[in-house]
This record gives sequence, structure tokens and C-alpha cells, in this order.
Amino acid sequence: MKKRMLALVLSGVLAVSMLAGCGSKGGEDAPAPAPEGDSQETEAPAASGAEGSVYYLNFKPEQGPDWEALAKVYTEETGVPVTVVTAASGQYETTLMSEMGKSGAPTLFQVNGPVGLANWKDYCYDLSGSAVYGELTSDAFALKDGDAALGIAYVVESYGIIVNKKLLEEAGYKVEDIQSFADLKKVAEDITARSSELGFAAFSSAGMDGSSDWRFKTHLANLPIYFEYQDEGIGSTEAIKGTYLDNYRAMWDLYINNSTCDPSQLSAKTGDDSLNEFLDGQAVFYQNGSWAYGDLTKNGTFTDDDLAMIPVYIGAGDEAKQGLCTGTENYWCVNSQADEKDIQATLDFLYWCVTSEQGTSSMANDMGFVIPFKSAVESQNLFVKQDAELTASGKTPVSWNFPTMPSEEWKNGVGSALTAYAADQTDANWEAVVSAFVDGWATEYQLANP
Amino acid sequence: MEKALKRYSPLFVLPTFLAFVIGFIIPFAEGLYLSFCQFTTVSNAKWTGLSNYKSIFSDKTFLDSFGFTVSFTVASIVFINVFAFCLALLLTKKLAGTNVFRTVFFMPNLIGGIVLGYIWQILINCVLSIIGEPLLALNKPAGYWGLIILMCWQQIGYMMIIYIAGLQNVSDDLLEAAQIDGASSWKTLWRVKLPMVMPSITICVFLTLTNSFKLFDQNLALTGGEPNHTTEMLAMNIYQTFYARAGAQWKGFGQAKAVLFCILVIAISMIQLKATRSREVQQ
Repeated sequence: MKKRMLALVLSGVLAVSMLAGCGSKGGEDAPAPAPEGDSQETEAPAASGAEGSVYYLNFKPEQGPDWEALAKVYTEETGVPVTVVTAASGQYETTLMSEMGKSGAPTLFQVNGPVGLANWKDYCYDLSGSAVYGELTSDAFALKDGDAALGIAYVVESYGIIVNKKLLEEAGYKVEDIQSFADLKKVAEDITARSSELGFAAFSSAGMDGSSDWRFKTHLANLPIYFEYQDEGIGSTEAIKGTYLDNYRAMWDLYINNSTCDPSQLSAKTGDDSLNEFLDGQAVFYQNGSWAYGDLTKNGTFTDDDLAMIPVYIGAGDEAKQGLCTGTENYWCVNSQADEKDIQATLDFLYWCVTSEQGTSSMANDMGFVIPFKSAVESQNLFVKQDAELTASGKTPVSWNFPTMPSEEWKNGVGSALTAYAADQTDANWEAVVSAFVDGWATEYQLANP
Repeated sequence: MEKALKRYSPLFVLPTFLAFVIGFIIPFAEGLYLSFCQFTTVSNAKWTGLSNYKSIFSDKTFLDSFGFTVSFTVASIVFINVFAFCLALLLTKKLAGTNVFRTVFFMPNLIGGIVLGYIWQILINCVLSIIGEPLLALNKPAGYWGLIILMCWQQIGYMMIIYIAGLQNVSDDLLEAAQIDGASSWKTLWRVKLPMVMPSITICVFLTLTNSFKLFDQNLALTGGEPNHTTEMLAMNIYQTFYARAGAQWKGFGQAKAVLFCILVIAISMIQLKATRSREVQQ
């Protein structure tokens, strides 16, 4: 009898302590949103509750630490807790989807243009009339749905072909020598012909691993789309014609056949491979954007004198007037389903970011952004400055049209076909690229807009 | 004592039961409900009835990945079980060093699927580039066989342990009787050992069948479905539908695929269990 009592008491204690353990643990965990994958997180001090809080799900891994630092400054200044979580590269939609389903969802997130907006329209707070909206330099930077401004662009970026000027001079050319696709082709092929003597290649590897393929299936593909849109005088389409795909092919041929590696190896090459080859001085040209400036100058590998960015010439349009590809696909959205006070806290945070001295200087200097807001500080980013110079000298920036690509699946289809073509450069394989580009566009447009 | 145990059993079962309800029953029910809905986040769903299920049968990618999954499953069941059984036979002979070999063969099982996938991707790509064949991302046959090699490498050790346990359970009386009756070692294997390890075979075939059918990590890491979704298995096809597509219409659709997938796995494994069970003999 005694034994039984003991057993009962013991098991009772066990059960109670376990339940108690669960309870307190759940309580502690609740306010902090858990990061997904290999995202990074700074924890703001526990929410005070009265003033609301901000939870920013950041898209750009390059600027993750800078956002965290800026959030800390804001919290110290105002006491409003700001949590910044950065989604791992390529995992933004996945992370956003699961975070939005939780309690304590992000109050500030981003979509990449009209196609991304379609997914999240019901969650976007109408920003027209907000203080931060009033700070925009132009209405064109707002992402509109009817009269509602559901997103606002916060960064304008440029991409093109980044040139290692020292190596180019070693090969006997200057940046000014390259004014068209024909020039670029001549220089690149000459470097390839003498590559064993020079010790470097023309282009860094055009890797088609998921960490790098967006440079070609999205950014390079923007050019044929841009020139077609220009011809037709449109800004988006439900069926692309592919008028400039031959130029796309010529450019792709140039990239893959004058590169650091054999074209059949491209499917396994990553973004880091390409970056490291360029940093290592193995290649003269590297297609990327102003966001890569930090990576290139980080350890003093390159100074501003060593680098230049030239337009991506594909031999279409008026090349004498072509500038860098400049635009945005990054739009801030405020979660309309969040608490009223959290929405207000988020709007205040955004306003502070784009007007205060710390905010604007951090965005310009640490993050290297050109922000489309009235109090913007001039960026020290070389490529950004070059874009401004080119525009001032009468060149027209190529706009970003890839936010109008019908879906990720379309990009993947083009990417797969490009990789297959690179490994075996036959007309039949190029036909597959054309089909993925043109037919794929129509199919995917139908699927995305039923 | 037994009475006391019986009386308090609900108390002891309670924590596990709660965990099971919270971690399995509720999500499963919610998943079933969501497969009839259109939604972006799970807390905000709109009922649409059977339309998600209707569109599955017109989705070519789902049918393609079903075909790929079936052919992968058949090959991996055969290879894994044959090799595992042969190894078990070898390692139950009284040879020197059997314990070391058992450990060595079991070890790959301790490494996670994603890591294995990336390691084998490097290995296979290296071999392919040496022999001048297209790399994994462009090479469907290499992706298929790569997956099978990877799964064999990972699973053979585990199945081997189960077979060893089964073989060690075959009573010496039976083997001796067979020997006295003049059975050759081949005959002993077919007529005595195999029927006696039938329960192990049931378990191993069940495990390899379900593991192969549900394979995801290794598929994601090794081929990622490349080239162009042709090496995409069912689990990955569902993942891609759910996550890689933008728009509310895809979420419920992916969920419906997942429910159908679950029913398929249960049905096929039930059939298999029934088929192999019927061949088991009484000791």
C-alpha cells in the first residue's frame, strides 16, 4: 500500500513538473518569431506592448547585418523594439509564407514587383497618405493596385558588366574601347585567344547553380525583353515574341565560350565561384550589380580605381545611348493584418529610416543603396555613381522589366534550357531555349492569371 | 502490480498521447481541410470544394513524377534488399572482423540525407566530368542511377542489421537437420533460411518501399529535380507546387497532392504488407 502511494505521488510530481515546464517555456517563446533556415536574427528587447513593435523580414542577405545595426540604433533612440530577420538567399517566399502564418507575423516585408504583389495583395496595407509615402521622390516608385499604394520601392539599383580595369589594361585595352557589343566581342575573343599568355580569361564563370543562375535567366534575359517592350511601346505583355533572342544567344555564347571554365561545367558553378574568380584576377569581366560593390571592395581587394561598370551590350537598339540597367524590384509592404499599433510602429520606423540622419546615411553608406526618397544621402557606391554619370552624359538607363516575367517557373525553364545549351551548343538546343522563353511565357502567363 | 499498471496506464500514456494529438492528429486534420481550400497563409483559408483534386489529374508534372518515383522505388527495393541480404549472409558466417564490417556498413545511415546528397553530387559530377558526360543537372539517367546508388549506400547497412538479426534467429536444429538430410548449402538457403527470415523481409521491404516513395532530402540535394523537373519525385513535386509557385491557387493544389500522396503511400504499403505476410511461416 505504501509503495503504491509512493508511486502515485511520484508520478503526480512528474506530470505536474512536466506540465509546468511546458507552460513557462511556451510563454517565453511566444514573442520572439523563430528564424527559418540559416537566417540571422537580432533580438530586440522584450516587447513593452504599449507602443507596438516592428518585425522586418529582410530580403537582401548582403545587407542583413546593416539592417540589424540600424534597428538597434532605432530601439536605443525610441525604445520601440525592432526585430530584423534575414531570409536565406533564394528562400524569401518560403520564409515569408511560413512567418505570415504565425502569430507575431512580420509587420514589414517585401514583394518583388507586380507578380510578387499578386501573391500578397490581401496582406498589404494601403500606404497612400502615410508619411513615408510622402517622402518618395516620384509616384513611379510606388507599387499601385488601383488607387491604393501597396508597396513602395526603397532602393534603386544598377547592374551591368563589372570590369577589372588593371587586367583590361594588361590585355591592351581601355574601358572606353568598349562601346558596343561588337567591341566587347572583339576584346573578349582576343583575350581568350591569348589567355594562356595573359594568365586570365575574359568572363568569370556564368554559373548556373541556383546561387548564380538569376544573373542570366533573369538579369541578362531582361535585355531582350526590354528592347522588345521598347519596340512595341509596352510595359508588360501576356505573350512575348522573342524578337531579340538571337542577340541573347550571341551574348550567352560570348559569356560561356570566353570564360574561366569549360561550358559543360557551368551547371555546377556557384555565385561564389564566379565572385572568387573575379576577386582572384582570373577574369576581366563579371556580370553583376551595384549590390556586389561591398563584396568586391571588402578586404581591400579592389579600390574604386580598379573597377568600372559598363552596360550589358547585346547588339540591339542604339548602343551609343545605352546606359546601365537601372531599376528596382524591391518594394516595402506593411502587413495589413498586423495589430494597429504595430502597423503604426512600422510606419514610424520606415519614416525614420528614410528621413533621419542615421537612417539615410546607413542606407547610403553601409548598405550602398540609392533610395528614392527626398532626404537621401548620396551613395559612395562606385557603380551607383557611374550610373549617375552615364545618365548625365545623355545615356538612357535600361529599365528593369523582369518583375513582369510571368513566374519563377518561367525563369527556371529558361535557366534549364540555357544550361543544356551551354553544355552542347547546337541549334536544336537553342530552339529549346526559345521555346522555354516564348511558349513558356504564354503558358505561365495563363497559369498565373487564370 | 499488473492491476496497478493497468489502472494508471492512462496517466502514463497521456504525455505521449498529447504530443501525438498536437504534433500529428491536429496538423493532419488541418491539412486535410486545407486541401479543399484556397489560401496564402494557413490561418486564412477559403473553402473551394473539390476543385484542387480535379486539377491534379490534368497536371502532367505530377503524373511524370509519379512515374519516376515508381521506377525509382522498384529499382531501389530490389538493389537494397538483395545487397543487404547478401551482406548479412556474409557477416553471419563466423569470419574474423565481422563486427568491424557491420559497423562500417551501418555508418552511412548516421549521416543526414541533405549532407549525403551534396557529397554524392560532388562525387558523381567529378566522375561525369572525367568521363566527359553531361553533369547531373543535365543528365537524367545519371540523376536516376545517382539516386539509387545514394539510397543503396545509405540504406543497405540498416537493412543488413535487420537481416542479420533474422538469420541469427534461424535455429541451429533446423540447419543441422537439413545438413543431415543432405541438403546443399544453396538448398538450405532457399528452403530453410529464406522462409525463416520472411518476417525480416517483410519489415525491410516495407521500410525500403516507404522510404523510397517518400524520398525528399536526397532528391533535393542530389539533383534538385534537374534537368527540368525530370528527376523530381512526388514529395519534391509537392514541395515545388507549394513553395516555388506564386499565387493562392497553388497552395491548396499542393496540399491536395500531399493528401493524395499520403493515401497512395498507405495503400501501396498495405498491399505490400499483405503480400509478404502471407508468405511468412510459423516457426
